Order: sequence, then structure tokens, then C-alpha cells
Amino acid sequence: MPTFTREEIQHLGDLARIALTDEEITRLQSELNVIAESINKVQEVASDDVQPTANPVPLEAYLRPDVAQTPLTQEEATAAAPKTSNGMFVAPRILGEE
Amino acid sequence: MVEKLMKYADAVKQYEPVFGLETHVELSTNTKLFCPAHIEFGGDPNTQLTPVSLGLPGSLPVLNEAAVDYAIKLGLALHCEIAEWSQFARKNYFYPDMPRDYQISQYDKPTNGNGYLDVELEDGTVFRVDIERAHIEDDAGKNTHIGGADGRIEGADHSLVDYNRAGVPLIEIVTKPITNAGDRAPEIAGAYMRAIRDIVRALNISHARMEQGNMRADVNVSLRPKGSTELGTRSETKNVNSFRAIEKTMQYEIRRQAAILSAGGEILQETRHWDESTQSTAGGRVKSDADDYRYFPDPDLVMLHITQDHIERLKAQMPEMPRERKNRLQQEWQFNDLEMRDIINADALDLIEDTVKAGATAAGAKKWWLGELSRAANNQEITLEELRVTPTDVAQVEKLISDGALNDKLAKQTMNFVLEGEGTPEEIVEKHGFKVVSDDSALLQAVDEAFAQNPDVVEKLKSGNMKPMGVIIGAVMKATRGQADAKAVTKIVMDKLK
Repeated sequence: MPTFTREEIQHLGDLARIALTDEEITRLQSELNVIAESINKVQEVASDDVQPTANPVPLEAYLRPDVAQTPLTQEEATAAAPKTSNGMFVAPRILGEE
Repeated sequence: MVEKLMKYADAVKQYEPVFGLETHVELSTNTKLFCPAHIEFGGDPNTQLTPVSLGLPGSLPVLNEAAVDYAIKLGLALHCEIAEWSQFARKNYFYPDMPRDYQISQYDKPTNGNGYLDVELEDGTVFRVDIERAHIEDDAGKNTHIGGADGRIEGADHSLVDYNRAGVPLIEIVTKPITNAGDRAPEIAGAYMRAIRDIVRALNISHARMEQGNMRADVNVSLRPKGSTELGTRSETKNVNSFRAIEKTMQYEIRRQAAILSAGGEILQETRHWDESTQSTAGGRVKSDADDYRYFPDPDLVMLHITQDHIERLKAQMPEMPRERKNRLQQEWQFNDLEMRDIINADALDLIEDTVKAGATAAGAKKWWLGELSRAANNQEITLEELRVTPTDVAQVEKLISDGALNDKLAKQTMNFVLEGEGTPEEIVEKHGFKVVSDDSALLQAVDEAFAQNPDVVEKLKSGNMKPMGVIIGAVMKATRGQADAKAVTKIVMDKLK
């Protein structure tokens, strides 16, 4: 019986950079476990004679010709940046203080 | 931090290295993998972008046909199975080199799987490297870290980001764990990378310049006691970007890990990087599990369907592969293995082939490119191709020699003027009035003078000691400003001695 532990949900939250309160973890734990149970049911039904579905969309990729189009100008590209320097995006410190 | 290292010979005596290479090859398509932004090395920052490359809300990726074709061609060259259906997945991570916060890659359904590449080593041994997969993905942007030492991320207080490279198509070629390489593991790794470089060049799908980052490799190394079948814990050295550095990384990791293991320690599963200035690898972050990337099929993209017709069409376009070409040319040119290896190591195969096509003999072409011209390139610290001499020039000089219009000495002088950019060999011969003197009266006079100046040499020659012949020929050459036909001079000298 696979269940999501509180620690696993906390870890998933950390990976997605989402801070979770204790109440949220409790709620997500019961929701995710319902989803996990449903997946288990599907796995019980799936047998060798059932083709696995890789993608539910019955379409195949359209391939675009390799022809360049006018790009954004540097001003347009960086217009929404909180901060720029010499045409580049300024990103805050990446590594922490440790 | 100075790490303990075991002597390489001892390390490979006790342990068997197991290694794997993940090679990233940047494709030379006109546009990015999922948007029509043009690709150009060294453009102004953030000028090769569309809303898709910036991951702006509402923008949707559309796959580049050329990138798919290039990937399939590489798959065919590596003897891979080409998947009829393959899929793109999101690899999620937080790092400001990708504006979407995920890379689009292939996970459980790559386009190319299960291939191999036969790699030829220096001594002619062929080693088969099994290929796990060769999948399509997009590249990240480039960060410049500001405020820390040496541009390192550690200690930096902010980073500048140029997203021009974000979205450039890459193929990542992943080998299966390579065993049984023993002490030749570093050499095999280097030879494998060179073979990949030669193949992508032959296919014309990448500029394949390691110094520009078109090709880079992650080097995974682990050790296990000889005779053991279990895999040891591995380190992964990221983004190694020269053939030499790949070999050195392998050697260093084998020595470092052997020292730790023999002292009873454990190898940390971590990413490391190769530091050219200290000639060592340094530890980085502890490797996160694959699960941490939370791969899932990209809902913006449907599956890629590759039909057998499509594959057949590309198969028909496949050029001759580098190893086959080398073997064919060796046959045609009648060179031995050692000579061929010298040519390949000097990166002169194309040049010699073109010189032969321009009319020279293979031996003549090789003599110039591996001799005089290699020395010139060395002195100028450039490649043979960057010299101001073309294969046509070399063929022309060779023709002037075989026509008797130039002797070796004049040919070298002519070539030097070509190297200096004075023009074609014929123009230079014309301009400097280079001409082999075979006119007997002029030569006779010069030989007489040489005899008069060197009576002791003449005595020796007369007594049958032919060693000092060079003195006479040298004197004649000097008198005729190097334009004498050495064969004619020898004949005159011999006649006079009779």
C-alpha cells in the first residue's frame, strides 16, 4: 500500500519551491493518497495484452521547417526583466550564504 | 585542498575502472529546437530570442524538422534503433540559465536507443563502445557570475544571463557503462570523443568545435576491485571540454578514487568539475536523484512519429563514415598504419585528400602537410587549415618539381612565400625568377670553381670516398643562388672525376 509520507510531501514542496503549512501537508497527503490508489487500480487492470499509453493525445508532432524568423530586439526581450545590465538579465545570487 | 592520489599504474593494477560518457553535441541548425530564433555564435546578448526561448506565458514550442533529421542521422551512424514514437519530457530545475525553469529533453522514450560505436585506438586496436541512447534536448543559456573570484558561482553576489543559447538543439549521447577497458580507459574515452567528433563533422550536423562549447562531455567514473562484478559509486565530472581534459579527468578520478578506496574510505556520489589550472577535479554538489527533476511528458508537445520512409530517405543521404573513409584512402594511397595515424593525428586527412584531388601524388602531398607545413603551423600556433596555403598550392608546387622547374630548395622557398601570402606558387616563381639551372656551361663553371676552392675534397672524391660530395653540391648551389638542378650537378661532378 503506497502512501505519501509527510516527509515526502514536504520534499516535493521543496523541489517545487512551494512552502507548505502543516495543514496543507495534511490536506495534500489525503488527496495524493487517493490519486495513488487510483493509479494502483489502473495498474491492476493493466496486463500484458493492454498496450501502454505514452500520451493520451492522438496526434503526432508537426515539424517546422528550419527557417529563421525575425527575433525579438534586445529591448523587447528584456522588457519584463526586473533588472538588466548591458543587455543581460540580472539574476540574484544563486548560491546561499553557507 | 590537496587530495591523495594513487600512482596510476598501481590504481589500475588493483581496481577496474568502469566509466560512461554523456556527450552533448550542439547541432548546427539555422534555428532553435522549438522556435524560429536564429542561432549564431558570439552575437550580442539576448538578441536571438523569441517568446518561446524566453518561456513567456502563452508561447508554445514547435519542433524543428532539421534537428530531428540530424538526430536520426546521428542515430543511424551510431547503429541505433530509431524509435517509431518518441516523446519530449520536462526536466524541472530551478536555475536562472533556463527561463522556463525546465529543460525540454527526452526521458523514457528517446529517439535513438541501443547502438554502438567501434573506436580505433592509437595502436590500431578496435574497442566497441555500447551506446545506451542518443536523445534530443535543448541547451540552456549562459550565466556570468559577478562579484566572486575568477567568475566562479561561489561567492558571486549576482549573475548576468544571456539566453541566446537557450533552446539551441543538442543531442546527448549516453554510453552504457564501459567495462574491460582496464588501464586503457582514459585513452578509450579520448578516442571515443574524437570518433564522435569525426562522425558529426562527416554528417555535417554540428560545428563540433570543443573550444566553442559545441561539444562537451560529462565523465562518469567508478572503480571496483578487480574480479568484482558489482558497480562502485561513481563521480560525475561535468562539462569537460577538450579531448586532453577528458583523458586527464579519467586518469585523475581513477587515481583519486583508488587512494580513497584503498584507505578504506567511500566514494561520494557527487558532481565534480575539471580545473585546467590545477590539473585536477574538484568536488561540487552532491548529485540529486533522477526523481528530483520530476520528469513528466511535456503537455505542450505531442509524440514524435518517425516513419520507416522517413528513415529510408535519411539513410540514402548518409555520407561515408570516417573509419570507412580512412580505410579506403589508406588503400588508395598505399600508406601503412603508422603513416595513416600520423596523418589523422595531424588533422591532415582532408587536406591531403584535396591535394591529391588537385593532382599531387599522395606521397608528395603527405610530405608537405606533415613536414614543412606542419612546422609552419606549429610555429604560428595555428592549425594546418588556417595556414595561407591551399591544397591547390601544394599540388602546384609538386607539379613544378616534377616538371623540373623547381628543385627541393627552390620549392621550399616558394612555399615560404605562399605562406607569407605573396600569391600562388606560379606567381611566386615568375616574380622571383626562380628557375632550376640545368644549363651545362653555367653549372660547369660553378663546379670548376667549387673544385678549385676545395682541393682536399676533390682528392677524397677521386680516391672513391663519396661522403664529401655534399660540399661540392653545396658550393654550386650557393654560386647559383640555390637554382642548380642537383641531379645535373652530380652528373657533371662524376664526369669530371673520371
